[in-house]
Amino acid sequence: MLHYILRRLLYFIPTLLIIYTVAFLMMRAAPGSPFAQEKDLPPEVLQARIEKYYADRPVYQYFRYAWDLATLRGMNSIRYPERNVVRDILAPAFPVSLALGICALSLALVVGTAAGVISAARPRSLADYSAMAGALVGISQPSFVIAALLLAVFSFWLRWLPVGGWGRPSQLILPALALAALPAAYIARLVRTGMLEVLSADYIRTARAKGLHERTVLLDHALRNAWLPVLGYLGPAAAAVFTGSFVVEKIFAIPGVGQHFVDSALHRDHPLILATVLLYAVLLVAFNLVVDIAYAWFDPRIRYD
Amino acid sequence: MTDPSPDNPSVARGPAGAVRPALSPTRLALRRFRRNRLALAGLVVLAAVVTASLTGIVWNVALTVGETVDETGAKTWHIGQKLPPYQRSLPGIHPQPPSLVPFRPFGTDPLGRNMLARTLVGGCVSLGVGLAAAIVSVLVGTVWGLVAGYVGRGVDTVMMRVVDVLYGLPYILLVILLLVLFTQQAAWVRITVLFLAIGGVSWLTMARVVRGQVLALREAEFIQAARAMGTRTGRIIFREMLPNLAGTILICATLTVPMAILQESFLSFLGLGVLPPLASWGTLASDAMGALNPVQAYWWLIVFPCAFLGATLLGLNFVGDGLRDAFDPRAR
Repeated sequence: MLHYILRRLLYFIPTLLIIYTVAFLMMRAAPGSPFAQEKDLPPEVLQARIEKYYADRPVYQYFRYAWDLATLRGMNSIRYPERNVVRDILAPAFPVSLALGICALSLALVVGTAAGVISAARPRSLADYSAMAGALVGISQPSFVIAALLLAVFSFWLRWLPVGGWGRPSQLILPALALAALPAAYIARLVRTGMLEVLSADYIRTARAKGLHERTVLLDHALRNAWLPVLGYLGPAAAAVFTGSFVVEKIFAIPGVGQHFVDSALHRDHPLILATVLLYAVLLVAFNLVVDIAYAWFDPRIRYD
Repeated sequence: MTDPSPDNPSVARGPAGAVRPALSPTRLALRRFRRNRLALAGLVVLAAVVTASLTGIVWNVALTVGETVDETGAKTWHIGQKLPPYQRSLPGIHPQPPSLVPFRPFGTDPLGRNMLARTLVGGCVSLGVGLAAAIVSVLVGTVWGLVAGYVGRGVDTVMMRVVDVLYGLPYILLVILLLVLFTQQAAWVRITVLFLAIGGVSWLTMARVVRGQVLALREAEFIQAARAMGTRTGRIIFREMLPNLAGTILICATLTVPMAILQESFLSFLGLGVLPPLASWGTLASDAMGALNPVQAYWWLIVFPCAFLGATLLGLNFVGDGLRDAFDPRAR
């Protein structure tokens, strides 16, 4: 197992390098200069800025940016020339998105699993239909509509929770709910399908025949296997949730990293594009490894060597 | 939905199943699908939304017909003489809530345009995005997965690494970079690019799913038999494998459409969707976000586009689930 993890960690480097290279090529191929502004700069100033970001030397720029990002030193953003992309932009924003993401993902896991188990325990009952109807709302509406709905009900109508901002725990609830809606809905459906499949297995019949408590059968015996498909979904979902949702962060005025993904691409801010791409890629690769390890833990039949 | 309860005749098939007349697997799957009431309801809702959107286009085009008088004084009728209802501002103070007389069942927006017309036209755009994404993902994803899975070895490794890398890039970056390439172009070029951009990021899942199936099929006895008989590779892939993959591809495509529609709404929220005055459900909903405030709620601006969007996505999800259950080999 340790051997396997080490080998996977070794794979990280070429994977990240390829992702970085593709992002770099796409970024260079996209038309429009990151130095274009409303006001035309004097040619000397423009030339100085281009040279400062090595934009005139693509090969050097490629290696230099890679090295600066790999050593976490980062370079300055083009849009905000006085701010370092790692130290001043992503480092303060990432903990915010991480905290929100952890809340949202735990919420999605708890709610989704509970809803899935309840609806699978009594298929075609009122509980089943209402849980699945709730899940379908999560799947069938864009996140900004869900966020707007939450705002309308809890902030405008009931006046229980603040409209937005960051810092107090009460400001965390609505964005976490809005962010959790889609993963919770997916998890609920995955768990339900998995449970229904597992519950017809022979070992569940044996467990019931032994006279085990129904709760033990459902939660101890069935859920462990039914939960496996959720793990596969969780890797990409976690990376997406932890890097923040642009929409949710924008609506609730949260200073997370989501905005930088969109803004960097819109403004062709080369240093920031590469930094956000690598942040996302590192998280995705890391979570996929965690998921694969968790697979082995959940399902002893899976062996890595 | 999979329901292994014994009262479900499509699942409970013991030795008695052998007595039935032989039906092709596809016919059996379709029969199971027809018994799934939820999936059928989804199909009906979907058909209704598509019909309404198409009717909306016809209605919008029909109302642009206007009279022109040429230099000889002869009157002729032309399409495109007047603004279509989804662009035309109505007289009065707006936005107005839904009313039956005058016939504005969805009300009007702040610019006085008929929301019914806008919702239906928006439906065509949103459904078009979904359809385009499904077509791209079926064409590209299927071929990619088929080749990778069938050829195997180095080709498989390289092709799947490409998919992994594209997965590793935040898709929003791909879409935005593709879209900014064409910001200055004509409206129809932009829409095409929007369609292709969303389709271009949605084939990855299809490629993975198809490859997985091909890997399993490649070792199947009938494929080995075909190979042993000297059947050409192209024939094996297209005549032997593809029919067996049809179910998987269909399901994956059905579930691609809702994801694409949601992505379009997300791009609309960023202001990267279709440009005004054209509308999609995404732009309508995100425009309505501005109308959401505690003082005066213009609920009809957000409720109707979102209801159409929701109904479509639910319908597609039900149909997709129904197809998956119907084609699931374990349910036979």
